[in-house]
Formats: sequence, C-alpha cells, structure tokens
Amino acid sequence: MAFFKLLRSSPLSARIGLAIVLINIAAAILAPVISPYGETEIVGDVWVSPSPDHYLGTDHLGRDLFTRLVYGARNTIAIAFVTTVLSFMVGALCGFFAATLGGWTDLSLSRGVDIIMAFPTLIFALMVLSVVGTSITSLIIVIALLDSTRVFRLSRAVAMDIEIMEFVEAARLRGEGTWWLMRHEILPNAMPPLVAEFGLRFCFVFLFIAALSFLGLGIQPPTADWGSMVMENAGAITFGIFTPLVPAGAIAFLTVGVNLIVDWFLHLASGLED
Amino acid sequence: MTLFIISILIFVGVEALPGDLTEAVLGQSATPETVAAFRKELKLDLPPHIRYLSWLGGIVRGEFGNSLANGRPIADLIGWRIGNSLFLAATTAAIAVPLSILLGIVAALYRNSFFDRAISMVTLSTISFPEFFVAYILIALLSVQLIIFPSISNINAQMPFLEKIHAIVLPCLTLTLVVVAHMMRQTRAAIINILASPFIEMAKLKGLKKTRIVIFHAFPNALSPVINVVAVNLAYLVAGVVIVEVVFVFPGLGQLLVDSVSKRDIPVVQASGLIFASVYITLNLLADMLSIISNPRLRNPK
Repeated sequence: MAFFKLLRSSPLSARIGLAIVLINIAAAILAPVISPYGETEIVGDVWVSPSPDHYLGTDHLGRDLFTRLVYGARNTIAIAFVTTVLSFMVGALCGFFAATLGGWTDLSLSRGVDIIMAFPTLIFALMVLSVVGTSITSLIIVIALLDSTRVFRLSRAVAMDIEIMEFVEAARLRGEGTWWLMRHEILPNAMPPLVAEFGLRFCFVFLFIAALSFLGLGIQPPTADWGSMVMENAGAITFGIFTPLVPAGAIAFLTVGVNLIVDWFLHLASGLED
Repeated sequence: MTLFIISILIFVGVEALPGDLTEAVLGQSATPETVAAFRKELKLDLPPHIRYLSWLGGIVRGEFGNSLANGRPIADLIGWRIGNSLFLAATTAAIAVPLSILLGIVAALYRNSFFDRAISMVTLSTISFPEFFVAYILIALLSVQLIIFPSISNINAQMPFLEKIHAIVLPCLTLTLVVVAHMMRQTRAAIINILASPFIEMAKLKGLKKTRIVIFHAFPNALSPVINVVAVNLAYLVAGVVIVEVVFVFPGLGQLLVDSVSKRDIPVVQASGLIFASVYITLNLLADMLSIISNPRLRNPK
C-alpha cells in the first residue's frame, strides 16, 4: 500500500499525468469493446463532421475517426512500449557490462555508440528503414537499437558510480561473477535513474515512431496509427477541417501525461525540497 | 575520422537496399541485354569497394554523380535546396537563440515566480508536442482561419527577400517554438546551477547589485553550458527541419531526402544523408571546441 500513500502525496500535475496515461492504456486495451465500428471499416462519406453516429467524424476514406483513434492508441502505444523495453534491455545490459568489465569491452562499446550518436537519429532511421523495409518488426528493432545508445550512456555512467563503491569491491573480493555483480549489486542501485529515464525514452520513442509514420515510413496502412493518420488527413486542414489535429492532439496529450509523471518522479528521486 | 566511418556505413547500408534499380527504371519487360547495358552505364557491375572509392573521390571533388530517378546531376538537385534549408535554419536560429537565452535567464532569476511557472508549463507542453502538431495548429490558426500566411511555403531564387521571409514565416515559427522550448529549459537549468554556487552567495553577501552579479559573476561561468546547449539544439534543428519541410512542402534538403528514400534513388539518399551528417557532426564539434575556449578549466585535463 506504499504506492497509494505515495499517490496521495503526489502533486496535482502528476495526478493529471497519471489520469491521462490510464485513459490511454484503457482505450488501448478495450479498443474492440468501446469502438463502434471495425478498424478499417468504411462507414460513411469522406470527412463527415462529428455527429452522434461518428463522435469525431470520419477520415479521408470515410472510416470512423473515433474507432481509428482508439485502435491507433492500441497499435502506437504497444509498439512504442515494446521498443522502449527492448532498447532498455540492450542498452542497460551493454552499459553495465562496459562499466563492470572495463578495458577493451568498455572502449569498443563506447566508441561504437559514439559513432552511432554522431549521426542525427531521424536521418539514420530513415536510411536504415529504407534498407530493411518498413515492417513493424524491423521498425521496432531499428528504433530500439538506435535508442539503446542513449540508455547505454546513462546506464554506463550510473554503473560506473556504483562500481567504485565498497560493497561492489567486497562482492568482487568474495569471488562473485560479473553476472551476479550486475544483477545483485548494480541493478538495484541503478533503478531510480533508469525508471525516470524509461519515461523520457518512452516519450521520445513514441514521438519518433509518430514522426516516421507521418513521413510514411513507419507503421503502414491500413493499420490505424496516430502518425500516419495525421499524414493521411493532412490535406483536410486547408479546407478548414480539423481532422488531422485529432490524432496529432492525441499524440501530444499522451506525451504531456508521461512527461508530467516523469517530472514528479525526478523531483522525488532528487530529494529536493520546495 | 567519424565522417569517414559514416560514409562507409551509408554506402554499405544503401547498397543493401532490397529491390533492383534497373527493374524499377526499365520496367518489368526489359530484356536481359538492356538490363546488362544499363547496369554497365551506371557502373553497377563493378565490385562494391571500387564503387565506394570512386563515389568517395567524387564527393571530395564536389561531384555526387547523377540521380537515378531523373538522370540529373545530384549537385544541381542538392545545390539550391541546401540554400533553402540553410535559409530556413539560419532564420530560425537568428530568432530562437537570443530569445531562448533571454527567457532562460529571466526564468532562472525569478525562479518559482508566476512568470517562471507559466513559461515552464508552456515549454513542457511544446516539448511534448510532435513538430507536425505544432505545424498544423499554426496552419489552422494563421493560414486557414486568419489567412495571413501561406500554408505551403514555396520559395525560389527569383523571389524578393521580403516575399521569401513571408513564405517561410510558418515553418520558421514552428521550428522556433520547438527549439526555444528545449533551449530555454536547458539555459534555465544551467543558470540555476551557477546561481546556487558559493561564489554567487559570496557576491551577494558582499552586497553587490543583482544586475552586477548576473552580468559579471554568473554569466561568464554560465557561458560554457549555454554555448553547448545552443550548439546541440542547432544540431537538433538539422533533423527537425526534415519533418517541417514535409509539412509545408518546402523545397529543402529534408524533403528531397524523404522523397528519395521512397523512390529508392540511392545516390541522392547517400549524398543528402552525408550532408546532413556532416553538418550535424560539425556543429557538435563546434560545441566541444567553444566550450573548451569559454572554460579554461577544460584546457588542462588532469
């Protein structure tokens, strides 16, 4: 119940953030239940205004926008989440290895990351994706690997600080192996900064996938996805129809929510008094 | 050195593109003889390492080869687009840098005031918004509702300067909003960091005026982190420009890159990717150099 106690002490902004995230997760899980139509079902005219039949109107092919939005939550959030988890597994593992082993492992991993990070991420992703094709699997792997470079930097720095502590030295002298050191000594102590970073990276990955889809190189139609929904409906804006703003707004909404929670968490972790 | 490795990466990566270009250009019905002749003409029949060296040699001399999609020299395609992209980025930078440093300093000085809270709320939301969301909101407001600025910014060399400025107001505003948010937050954090140090406390205890403390004590020490922030964000501009160019159909390098990726126009992708990368790397290098110059402590490594 420590969690609820913590929740009660949370500031308003964090509660708003939490509510936003919960709404989005609920929409993602319950998509087939709450959506009135099928994901790719064409139900009416093109760009119909909002009405009781279609809460948010229809899109450029006459599909129900609310349905697309709810399914989009499911696809976009799930893919961004899986990508972030994958990027953390790769990044943190390599970062811890580099910190505990040191020597040429550290050197080669760090230089490799330097090279990848010297390249603008979006441009790199565009080029790699054009090579490996834009299936969802390759999208997840490419972005996770690109993003794991940032996780690597952070986890290496954090693990470096922990690695010089006496208790790690003691464990090492006890004869514990590298894996045990990482799992039992470094990981628990590196948790707070990594959790906060997880929120930030999730936002970044989420926006990144949205941007790629917006450029037509991310999640491919007819799968509902917020980024590509913006692109498909972009033409409407010049007629004064606000359809593209709805999915774009949904993206912004969720990111603000996650950021509010991360801000609160960072504040907690830093132990700063107001 | 990094640039060299990246040039290899780009070449190998794009080389591995699935799908054959000859088929795309000549169509399904091409005879084996025409395919062979076409490959020979484009030197696709040579082994990869020879093609890599000739490609690299060409770039050093400023020759990028020809576009595969329409056969025009890439240098022609890229040349005027680079100018456009730089024009957009430079205008944005000229507005965004002074603005965000000023806002950052003010927010840091009056920490926890209403102004600080309001501005950090606004910037937090701008950071969370994807660029295209900001862009479409601006289009909806300023070009559809109020009809002040064009929603498509098409510029060419013959346009007079003022008309050019008018055409790029919206993309420029979009980029400014996004970049200012990042830069201002980091500037604020840097200045607060400095203001918390003992020598500022000392200056305060000596009874110095607040303006004097800020200008002569805090600012020189904050210069190094602030310069770093500016350079990193300018590098970020390089990538941000791609999306904004697509939204506003702006004839820049980013637009060309996205188009070429979908057209599988390999040499153009290679060339524009390399240009983006070199600008990005140069800016990051510049950031390192400037922070060493502005902070003497970094000059003597322990």
